Amino acid sequence: MQPFQSLRRLADGLARREWSSAELTEAALQRAKRLDGALNCFITLDEEKAMAAAERADRLLGAERATPLTGVPLAHKDIFCMEGWPTTCASAMLANFVAPYTATAMVRLEDAGSVTLGKLNMDEFAMGSSTETSHFGPTANPWCLERSPGGSSGGSAACVAAGITAAASGTDTGGSIRQPAGFCGLAGLKPTYGKVSRYGMIAFASSLDQGGVLARSAEDAALVLSYMAGFDPQDSTSSNRRDPWLEAVPQMGVGDLEDGPLTLGLVREFFAAPLVGGQLIEAARRSLEGLGLRCVELSLPHVNMAMPAYYVIAGAEASTNLARYDGVRFGHRCARPQSLADLYERSRSEGFGAEVKRRILTGTYALSAGYFDAYYIRAQKIRRLVAQDFAGAFAQADLLLAPTAPGVAFRRGQLLDDPLAMYQQDAYTIPVNLAGLPALSLPCGLQDGLPVGFQLIANHFDEKRLLRAGAALQRATDWHELRPSLSWAEAA
Amino acid sequence: MSANDIKIDHLAKLAALRLSEDEQPGVLADLRRIIAMVDAMGAVDVSGVEPLAHPLDAILAPRPDQVTEEVDRQRYQAGAPAVRDGLYIVPRAVE
Repeated sequence: MQPFQSLRRLADGLARREWSSAELTEAALQRAKRLDGALNCFITLDEEKAMAAAERADRLLGAERATPLTGVPLAHKDIFCMEGWPTTCASAMLANFVAPYTATAMVRLEDAGSVTLGKLNMDEFAMGSSTETSHFGPTANPWCLERSPGGSSGGSAACVAAGITAAASGTDTGGSIRQPAGFCGLAGLKPTYGKVSRYGMIAFASSLDQGGVLARSAEDAALVLSYMAGFDPQDSTSSNRRDPWLEAVPQMGVGDLEDGPLTLGLVREFFAAPLVGGQLIEAARRSLEGLGLRCVELSLPHVNMAMPAYYVIAGAEASTNLARYDGVRFGHRCARPQSLADLYERSRSEGFGAEVKRRILTGTYALSAGYFDAYYIRAQKIRRLVAQDFAGAFAQADLLLAPTAPGVAFRRGQLLDDPLAMYQQDAYTIPVNLAGLPALSLPCGLQDGLPVGFQLIANHFDEKRLLRAGAALQRATDWHELRPSLSWAEAA
Repeated sequence: MSANDIKIDHLAKLAALRLSEDEQPGVLADLRRIIAMVDAMGAVDVSGVEPLAHPLDAILAPRPDQVTEEVDRQRYQAGAPAVRDGLYIVPRAVE
């Protein structure tokens, strides 16, 4: 069994009985065990549960209920609750938490017959851009172990980039799917806000959080999304808009980009500063032009204010959401609390890491008496201006092109002591979350041996055009076929 | 608004966090830098702009008021740090 097969190829092989799910799962577990010592991408790997699921899938294959995901091994960011699985959010606060129920997105993937290998490392509570704030230690980038895989879905990115699974789930609040996908040479899909249910996905910033997928191609990302997505009455922000195109993806694939003239908007503000790998993004732009997209330059005048607005809104929502961790009902409790206040304060101070505390305090400041209007309400007004800028852009263009990150994967530890430098990692991804848009990061080659990514951004609920453009580009180019040498694993 | 008027003790209390004396100066310095970055928002003219709370500006649809699941208290309390007779145990709050 060769690693790095596409999800589609794995599904075809299962349908044709070229291999069984038990064989695929066994191979993926062996690979995970061989590589994870160096990568640390798994927080939990459960061989027994995975093999049991594989055997169930093997019995289902050939039956009417089987889907292209039946029997395919996947792994999930440890932010999704899965009944009976430790679900830690990479925090000491939840180190001993075993989820009593399963997130809707995970129910859908498991109902489709996919096999869960384990739960993946991430920045604590998804707050970070390097997968270094995890209570379970940092994750390494398979392209270069000294470098970060990005974050917060860095465990997901490392798992897929190392060929352990063909796809993994992630979440994206300010770039946490796209930036790690960019750093690891993968396709990273952040769907429209409301497309994937947030029920059972541990909350960071509820108006920004969105579940999605990391895979090696746009086609595979679409296949996973087709099962993850869908209306969920358990999540009041879940969209009940039907998407017949997405529902047909398992049978039909994403399909061809429409013939009519399509316009690709180049956001002036995003290309104002020199970019590491800028010439690679330019090559991707030319390839898209070659597919018939006409390029226009346009402006998002308020986009430079997205970062401050984001850190107010995300902090405010985080400080509210994380108030639930009080040492009473679940999660960490301090030893020998002397009073109720002591219980709350010590449990939280021991359970949360430094970055989580910073974000909670930022949010508390923005929400405190006397500052609410100046910070929180002002940030929400700027959020509207950013959203309006995008609406204006989509009146001129069908898709937008942007960098994914300011540079390639940085060295581990390089930004850890400088929160503002770390926050800059998300300068190109944050505006998309504020506006709730779908976006796809795709690889466009290597700079000094490290992957460079770029984003396509589409209008709300236009995943069809987004993924078709991505898949069309990947049919015409081979950047997504680049693999890390993993020479470190052979030496081990 | 200004990054220099942060009262770290007060903020930590509001957030139910306790910062050690060693931790405090570093946290305060980081917070000042973050708030200074955020203060750039002050330069934007937001007059007449309505706040945007939901990214799609959608109004949340309530679901029918029906019981859809039964809460299994024992299962949900299985992970609680201290439980007795179905109740969560905390230090005495009222003397």
